[in-house]
Amino acid sequence: MAGAAPHRKEYGRRGLSFYLLAGFFALFVAFLYGPMSAIYTLSFQGPTGGLTFPMRGASLHWFVALFEQQRTGDFAGAFGRSLMLAVVVLSLTVSMSVLAGLAFRRRFPGSTFVFYLAIASLIMPGILVGLGVGLTFQLFGVPTGWFTSALGAQLTWTLPFGMLIMFAVLSRFNRAFEEAGRDLGASNMQIFWLIVLPILLPGIIGVALFGFTLSYDEFPRTLLTAGAQNTLPMEIWGMTTNVTSPALYALGTVTTFVSFVAIIISLGSIVLIQRRRARRPAPAEAGPITGVIADGANG
Amino acid sequence: MKPGTNNAAARGSIELAGVTKRFGDTVAVRNINLKIPAGAYCCLLGPSGCGKTTILRMIAGHEEPSEGAVLIDGENVVGAPPVARGTAMMFQSYALFPHLTCLDNVAFNLKVRGIAKAERRERGLEMLARVQMRQFADRLPAQLSGGQQQRIALARALITNPRVLLLDEPLSALDEFLRLQMRGELKRIQTEFGISFIHVTHTQMEAIALADMVVVMDQGHIEQAALAREVFERPRTPYVARFIGGQNVVEGKVLEQRSDALLLESGGRQVLISAPSSPPVVGSNFSIAVRRDRVRLRRSEGPAAGPGLNVIGGRVGALEYQGSWLKITVVDACGEDFVVAQDDSEFFASPLVVGDAVNASWLPEEVHFLTTGEQKTAAMAAADLARMAAGAR
Repeated sequence: MAGAAPHRKEYGRRGLSFYLLAGFFALFVAFLYGPMSAIYTLSFQGPTGGLTFPMRGASLHWFVALFEQQRTGDFAGAFGRSLMLAVVVLSLTVSMSVLAGLAFRRRFPGSTFVFYLAIASLIMPGILVGLGVGLTFQLFGVPTGWFTSALGAQLTWTLPFGMLIMFAVLSRFNRAFEEAGRDLGASNMQIFWLIVLPILLPGIIGVALFGFTLSYDEFPRTLLTAGAQNTLPMEIWGMTTNVTSPALYALGTVTTFVSFVAIIISLGSIVLIQRRRARRPAPAEAGPITGVIADGANG
Repeated sequence: MKPGTNNAAARGSIELAGVTKRFGDTVAVRNINLKIPAGAYCCLLGPSGCGKTTILRMIAGHEEPSEGAVLIDGENVVGAPPVARGTAMMFQSYALFPHLTCLDNVAFNLKVRGIAKAERRERGLEMLARVQMRQFADRLPAQLSGGQQQRIALARALITNPRVLLLDEPLSALDEFLRLQMRGELKRIQTEFGISFIHVTHTQMEAIALADMVVVMDQGHIEQAALAREVFERPRTPYVARFIGGQNVVEGKVLEQRSDALLLESGGRQVLISAPSSPPVVGSNFSIAVRRDRVRLRRSEGPAAGPGLNVIGGRVGALEYQGSWLKITVVDACGEDFVVAQDDSEFFASPLVVGDAVNASWLPEEVHFLTTGEQKTAAMAAADLARMAAGAR
């Protein structure tokens, strides 16, 4: 590493490593947000403007164009399908990850094998998973569709993620809470609904956010399984090859906006829950999930 | 009440009969027999890993014994859920539900029993008032101090109207000052509710201060179960004497039997003590305990020629001022320690300094003979139980 400065240097004095790392970070920020901000800016291009700078006035013309079914393709339909699919994937991911997380707290025969089997799909190339799912559907004569084969293909991607988050959340969950519930006469169902679920809620919201965003911008697994109708990422892909107007940029702005709304809603609710719970974090509470979310919003 | 139960007004007598608990290949608790009278404050005392928490959890119903029976008020409760047993547990970290207010925590048992909200609130507030926490009803647990959290945990357990309250190291999370305060509080509440308290701790003074009955444990078995005073004054084994403290333990071999004295060899030093009524065989292992505060110290001219009866000679190795008394460590010629607790007024009348030659002596009746070897005989166990049952009434 560039200049691993010893820690006994007092705070305030910055070595070479600080400037190297700061420069690297600045480069990263410029690389991430530079091109994006160009796209966001150009999406407000005037009606006569083109795909590149300079701006010819500012308008919402291309956003309107986006929602009219015309040469830009079926944007509104793809947007609706993607949203609906993301919500279904979210619900399935949340419920199955929570249950799997609870199940995996107790070692059962073959649990390690099942765990690796599930995790393996994270490292399998997505396009091959999609290809396999598509071929299998074809083999059995079932037509592929965004709500059948694509849904399954997306779950192979979101479920392992959700499970890993739940493992992390549950590893910090104090089992004494459940024992206390049992001690106080709660049935297993009451323990789950009144104790476990509320305490795990911040983590579960994290899983929901993952499920939603991973599905919403899923491409490789969906490409060969979505059937006749496109989801949004495929629509965007199609448009990059045949649309030559700033409507493409408007699309980018709209989808980014949806992603941000999803993130703000989930982070906001986590913050709200934690603020309601305490100023000081209780030692045995499910820890801050915000770090996990910030780490991997791109799948 | 069922036939065979105690007919005393106090509830919550407990009996463990031949209880063994295994976790895989390890034995946490080995063949425990223990009777705790109804309404007693009982402390399970021992180092961590001795099995005391496992016993508590088996009484609570959070673990089931591998062998043996757990009887509460004469009824075998093995397999029954905690609430059916009439036990309630206070967990070590309190395990207060972080998402519920104090009132909702306390009223949790009422909620799961389907009691209407208005009544829940009323009874919850009433219980909060009994632990002086009514004004904190709407706070969340994380907004309370350790002592306050403990009161909430106590109220939450007591609202189930248990026969037995089980406390897993209830004071270990508190600082010294609060610990003493809550210690008194626990005793007060136990007296007020008139139920059995079983309190797990590894702090000797806590056990002695609180308990009617102290159960000293080591490695999955009971070393001694007796009244607090008896455990302190007449520890059964060298282990108990050392663990409870306040004793000098001399362990060794019987070298010689004289007319009314025994010559012991312990770690190279020879100690001559008054012989017990039934003296042991020469060559056998033997150990005695002498209370530190029953030892007298006198200045001496130097090392004596041979061991005197009930005397150990040496030099003052260390002095520790403890306020009302002094802890004086006497080191003999072999480098062995002998500790004397001396009253402060006696000490300061003629203060010793480190290096002074002294004789530590004790009266013949202060020698307490200890049992060596792990297993206590059946007769002794029965005698212990009889004494305890008589004492706790």
